[in-house]
Amino acid sequence: MRHIISLLMENEAGALSRVAGLFSARGYNIESLTVAPTEEATLSRMTIVTSGSDAVIEQITKQLNKLIDVVSVMDLSEGEHIERELMLVKTRAEGEAREELKRMTDIFRGRILDVSDHTYTIELTGSRTKLDSFIGAIGRELILETVRTGVSGIGRGNRILSL
Amino acid sequence: MEMTGAEITIRCLQEEGVEFVFGYPGGAVLHIYDALFQQDKVKHILVRHEQAAVHAADGYARCSDKAGVVLVTSGPGITNAVTGIATAYMDSIPMVVISGQVPTYAIGEDAFQEVDAVGITRPCVKHNFLVKDVKDIASTIKKAFYLAKSGRPGPVLVDIPKDISNQKCGFVYPDSITIRAYQPPGRGDSEQIRQAAELLMQARRPMIYAGGGVVLSGSSAELTDLVKLTGFPCTNTLMGLGGYPATDRQFVGMLGMHGTYEANMAMQHCDVLVAIGARFDDRVIGNVEHFAQVSRKIIHIDIDPSSIAKRVKVDVPIVGDLKLVLEELLAVLRRREKKAGDIADWWKQIEEWREFGGGLRYKNSSEIIKPQFVIETLYKLTGGDAYVTSDVGQHQMWAAQYYKFNHPRRWINSGGLGTMGFGLPAAMGVQLMHPDATVACVTGEGSIQMNIQELSTCLQYRLPIKVLSLNNRYLGMVRQWQQFFHGNRFSESYMDALPDFVKLAEAYGHIGMRIDQPSDVEPAMKEAFARKNDLVFMDFRTDPAENVYPMVPGGKGLSEVVLSEDL
Repeated sequence: MRHIISLLMENEAGALSRVAGLFSARGYNIESLTVAPTEEATLSRMTIVTSGSDAVIEQITKQLNKLIDVVSVMDLSEGEHIERELMLVKTRAEGEAREELKRMTDIFRGRILDVSDHTYTIELTGSRTKLDSFIGAIGRELILETVRTGVSGIGRGNRILSL
Repeated sequence: MEMTGAEITIRCLQEEGVEFVFGYPGGAVLHIYDALFQQDKVKHILVRHEQAAVHAADGYARCSDKAGVVLVTSGPGITNAVTGIATAYMDSIPMVVISGQVPTYAIGEDAFQEVDAVGITRPCVKHNFLVKDVKDIASTIKKAFYLAKSGRPGPVLVDIPKDISNQKCGFVYPDSITIRAYQPPGRGDSEQIRQAAELLMQARRPMIYAGGGVVLSGSSAELTDLVKLTGFPCTNTLMGLGGYPATDRQFVGMLGMHGTYEANMAMQHCDVLVAIGARFDDRVIGNVEHFAQVSRKIIHIDIDPSSIAKRVKVDVPIVGDLKLVLEELLAVLRRREKKAGDIADWWKQIEEWREFGGGLRYKNSSEIIKPQFVIETLYKLTGGDAYVTSDVGQHQMWAAQYYKFNHPRRWINSGGLGTMGFGLPAAMGVQLMHPDATVACVTGEGSIQMNIQELSTCLQYRLPIKVLSLNNRYLGMVRQWQQFFHGNRFSESYMDALPDFVKLAEAYGHIGMRIDQPSDVEPAMKEAFARKNDLVFMDFRTDPAENVYPMVPGGKGLSEVVLSEDL
C-alpha cells in the first residue's frame, strides 16, 4: 500500500543521504522524496512517498527513527491528511490547442506562467492523482516537458509533527 | 589557554579515560600523532594494518565494558578500517574511530589520499561526523562516545580534516551532552512486562532465547536469575554464549545453524518464547516461514525497536534496557503467588531430544587430530577460564560448541559480519585489557593469513597470546558446503602452498609448534600454556574431512536438522 511518511530532521549536511541511503540499502521503495528547511532553521521537513506491506512500513518507520539526525517521524497516511504536489508542464501550444489548453488549465485550476508563440508553461498544484489526470486530459503528444516536486504532506487538524 | 585541534582530540580521549588507542599514522593525522607523542596518558598500539587496529579495539571493547578507540589516516587508512567498522557495527560493539581527512580546502578536489570517509562508512556506523570547525572537536568527540556506548551500542566515526587539527581554540570538555533526536530507551513498559509475566506463568512449553544483547548490557546475572526462578530451559545464540552458564543443566546449548538438536527443537516446539537481546537472524531461526508454521506466543525484549517484528511477528514487544526490563520482570514474577504451570512434561521432551540428538559428538581418532578434540583439550586445560577469540569458519563453530563458556565477555567472535582475520587482532585487544589472563585465539590456516602480520604487533607489545590454528588445508566451511550442496566440487577451497607456520612464527620472534598426532595435542598445549610470557603458535594438522554437526542447511527450518554423516 502507498504511504506518505513525514519527518523532521536536523538541517545538516549528509542528513538527506542518510535517509536516501537507508532506503536503498534496505531495499525500500521511494516513489518521491521532498525536503526543505522549516521555519526553524535547524530543522528540515521531508516527505517520502513509499509503498510496502504493513510490516515493511513499520520497519521503515523504525529504521528512520533510529537515524540520529531524524528528530520525529509520522506516517501521514495513518490518519486524515492533505497531500499536495506542484507540477510545471511545458506544452506545445499552437492553433486550436491554445484555446483548449487554456480551458483545461482553468478546469484544473492551474495557471499559465509563460507564453511563447508555440508553447505554454502551466503550473498545477494538487494530489498526485489530480496531476496525473491533467496529463491524461491534455494528452502526452502535446507535452514537451514536465517537472514535478514530489508530494508534500501535512496532517489535518490537530495532527502536528513537531519536536 | 588555546590548544590545537590535535591536542584537543587527545585531551578528549584522556577525559574519556581512554587507556589504549589502536592505530596507524599517516599524512592527514600527523598533527594528532604529534599531540599523542607529547603526552603519556593515552597509550598508542601500533598495528601493522588498519583493519587490525579496528579488530583490536573491538576485542578490547568486547571483553570489557569500554568503547574501543581507533586512530587512522585518510584515504587507504580509513578504507582499510571499513571491514573492522562493519564487523563492530553488525555485532553492536561500542567504538570511536577517529580518522584524518585532507584539509577542508582540498575536500572534493580528489586530493592525495582523499576519500569521502563519512560517505563510505555511513551504512556501517551508528553515526558519523565530519568536523569542519576546530571549536566543534570537543563536543563532537563527546557525542561520539555517548552515541557509541548508549542505547544499542555501535561504532561512531569522527573525521577530522588536517587543517582543523592544526587550528587553535580554547578547550572545554562538556560534562554531558544531549542530542535532541536521540533518546536511548530506559525502562520497559510496565504493562507489557506484566503481560509477559502472565504469559510466562501460563506457559507449558516455555523457552528462553538470549543473544548478544545480554552480554552487551551486562545482564547475565538477571538472565540467570530469570532462568533459575522459572525453571525454564535457556539457549544462547553464538553472540550470547557465556550470557548464561553453559555447564548448567537448564542450558540446552547454542541454537541455530550449528546449534544443538535440543535447542533447535525446543525453539520450534515451544508455546511461549522469550527472546532477550536477540534478533531472530537467518543463522538462528533458519527459514522464517518454517519457523512461523508452529504457533507460539513470542515475547521480545530488546533495546532496538527495529529489531522487534523485523523477521517474526511478536505478541509482547518490550523495548528497553535489558537490565532494567529483566529486573522489573523478575520483581513482578517474585511478587506473584501463583506458581508457574507444570512443565515437567516439557523437560521430559527436551531430555528425549537431548538423548536422540546425542548431544555434541564426534568420533575421536588415534590416527588423526580431530578439531573438536583440540577445543575440548583447550577447555580442559584452561578450566573454562580463558578468553577465547576466534576467526570465522568451521573452527569458530567448534569453539562455540565445545568450549563451555560460563561467563560473559569470554567468547570473542565476529558473529554478524563473519569476518575472517578477526581473531588475532581481537586477541591483542583482549590481552591488553587483561594482561594476566589466558587468551587463546582459535583460528584456521585460512583466517590467520588474513591478518598474520599482527604477529609483529604482538612481539612489539609482548602479548603472550596462544594461537591454536586448526590447519586442515581447506577453507573448511566452504569445503563443507561444497561437499553438501555443490556435488563435492571443491572450487578454490583447497589451500595450496601454505607457509611453514612454525618458521613463520619464529620469523616474527615467537614460538611455533607443529602438532600432527592426537597424542601430542595435550602435551603440546600444556607446554604452550606454561610459557606465560610467550606467544605460541600451535599449528594443529587436523582431519581435512571433518564437518560441523549438527547442521540446519541454509534456507531450511530448525527441525530439518542434519545430525551427522547420515546425509
